[in-house]
Amino acid sequence: MLNADFVARCKRHRVVLAIAFLIIFPLLMPFKAIAVNILIYGLYALGFNMLFGTLGLLSFGHAALFGGGAYACGLVMLRLGLPWYVGVFGAVLAGMLIAAVIGAFAIRTRGIYFAMVTMALAQCLYFLADQATEFTGGENGLRGIELKTIQLPAITLNFVDPLTRYYVIAFFVAIALIVLSRILASPFGAVMEAVRENEARARACGYDVRATRYLAFVLSGGFCGLAGAMQALHLSIVPLETLAITNSGLVVMMALLGGMGTFFGPFVGAGVFLLLENLVSLWTVHWQLFVGAAFVCCVLFFPRGIWGTILLGRAR
Amino acid sequence: MWRVVDPLDVFLLRIFILDGLTPDLIALQLFTGLALGAIYVLLALGMSLLFGMLTVVNFAHGAFYMLGAYAGIALLGIGVNFWLCLLFAPLIVGSLGLLAERFLIRRLYGRGIDYPLLLTFGLSYMMVEVIRIVFGTNGLPFETPDALQGASDIMIGYFPTYRLFVIAVAVVVLVALWLFLERTPYGLIIRAGARDPQIVRILGIDVARVWLVVFGIGTGLAGLAGLLAAPLQGASPEMGASILAESFVVTVVGGMGSLVGAVIAGVLVGVVVAMTSLFAPEFAQVAIFALMAIVLLIRPQGFFGRAGLMS
Repeated sequence: MLNADFVARCKRHRVVLAIAFLIIFPLLMPFKAIAVNILIYGLYALGFNMLFGTLGLLSFGHAALFGGGAYACGLVMLRLGLPWYVGVFGAVLAGMLIAAVIGAFAIRTRGIYFAMVTMALAQCLYFLADQATEFTGGENGLRGIELKTIQLPAITLNFVDPLTRYYVIAFFVAIALIVLSRILASPFGAVMEAVRENEARARACGYDVRATRYLAFVLSGGFCGLAGAMQALHLSIVPLETLAITNSGLVVMMALLGGMGTFFGPFVGAGVFLLLENLVSLWTVHWQLFVGAAFVCCVLFFPRGIWGTILLGRAR
Repeated sequence: MWRVVDPLDVFLLRIFILDGLTPDLIALQLFTGLALGAIYVLLALGMSLLFGMLTVVNFAHGAFYMLGAYAGIALLGIGVNFWLCLLFAPLIVGSLGLLAERFLIRRLYGRGIDYPLLLTFGLSYMMVEVIRIVFGTNGLPFETPDALQGASDIMIGYFPTYRLFVIAVAVVVLVALWLFLERTPYGLIIRAGARDPQIVRILGIDVARVWLVVFGIGTGLAGLAGLLAAPLQGASPEMGASILAESFVVTVVGGMGSLVGAVIAGVLVGVVVAMTSLFAPEFAQVAIFALMAIVLLIRPQGFFGRAGLMS
């Protein structure tokens, strides 16, 4: 049915296929709002997966990068009064900057320490945002981020319309996909995988393992910051919970559910997670129990995640 | 975060208003830090035990802490007195820990250090939700037992009796744990199992059972910490979330897997939080993370951690 040649061709054109999927995706979804959410969290999981899946570095503080980007976008627009695209740009920079600071501490440690230190430092940022009330809105979150229309040279886009909003965000996601694909295909991407597979050998080959990790963490921060900016524009508010531990855990769950280390897995994971959450919460408020159970089963029986298991089945 | 460090603390506030910042006040706040540190020590001890022996980073540690508080509420609800709670609540939590190890975590040994971590994270999600279903989403109050209410004279001033009690319990548990690990045959097996499980297995000892017991002790300690903290802050399903990050800080500062490190870092972090909340309350929550950052810069493996252990 599917021969190896076809699979290999799919792999080569994964970016094109992924973008094509993103274009038809909202037409398949009953509610556009879920599609937008899946897009944003998929991008967030993509940034996380680059670190955990490709490099094998488990961070439990990605909420700081995502939330930092969301806050940066909102602050640029509200406090500086600059247009939204500057906010998006600022969010990418902020994500990378926060990653650079957290990374400077966390990279000093190795292995399992990394998860704990990133989590603790993200928690620190959460408390800082909570304290700086006059600047960030504290517990109430950052309110009043408004984006109604987008002026392009030829046309004016109505950002309030769900489908238009989806495609605007999808545009940024597509750029991120292209950039990520380039990074993974570059020599640097190969070094990342080498470090994951065998750190000692990579070091013996003369690669700077610590610098690789640091750079990957900073780049991951850029993707997550972008996702955060999209979230801020989408919700027109940045809740304080964006920075909370739960948000860090969420992305870990999504990436693992979808299949870490796969290119499209994070989107599958984000989609399954959010759909599951929506479906289960229709008949019980205790959706966390089922999502938690699904995650535990995934860790126990499908460590490759949904997409990873499908790919494995195809390869056989 | 635990409100024991709240500057609105009645006893300390009274002195503060009357006399300003006196040495006595600082000494009393030091004691507050010790009480807070006692909770941290119990949590970090359990966490270090699990990591040192099983190389499991328990992300459900905060959830087990929360379970300890709710086990106390359930036991008090059926008429058990507080003193027996102190015994039974950790036993209940520890038993649940045993079940988790036996049926879930055991399957993941040898599959990479990240998997038990991820599994316990998912488990904590489920535990929090089950507690919400059984006890409701809102927090519940937890009465301080009558015998421990009020304040006692500790030479430098009056200090809440219950907090002295918390410190005392932590010290007793510490001594008991030390005696168990250092002076009993079973403790010897545990220590040997931590150093070289393979040799211990060759000597004919069922290492899997040793690990099961260790997991029970570690989670039981977390349960005890939760029970002790409940009269100070009440019980809520989310109480484990932020304490988890804080106990990570303690474990990282002390050095992963080091029990001595857990004790010293726990006390240190408790005192630092208490002191910061006295002089700069708005930074109390950030202070411990700053402390961790400094320690990481100077000594990445923590006070008593072995360099290269984490690789």
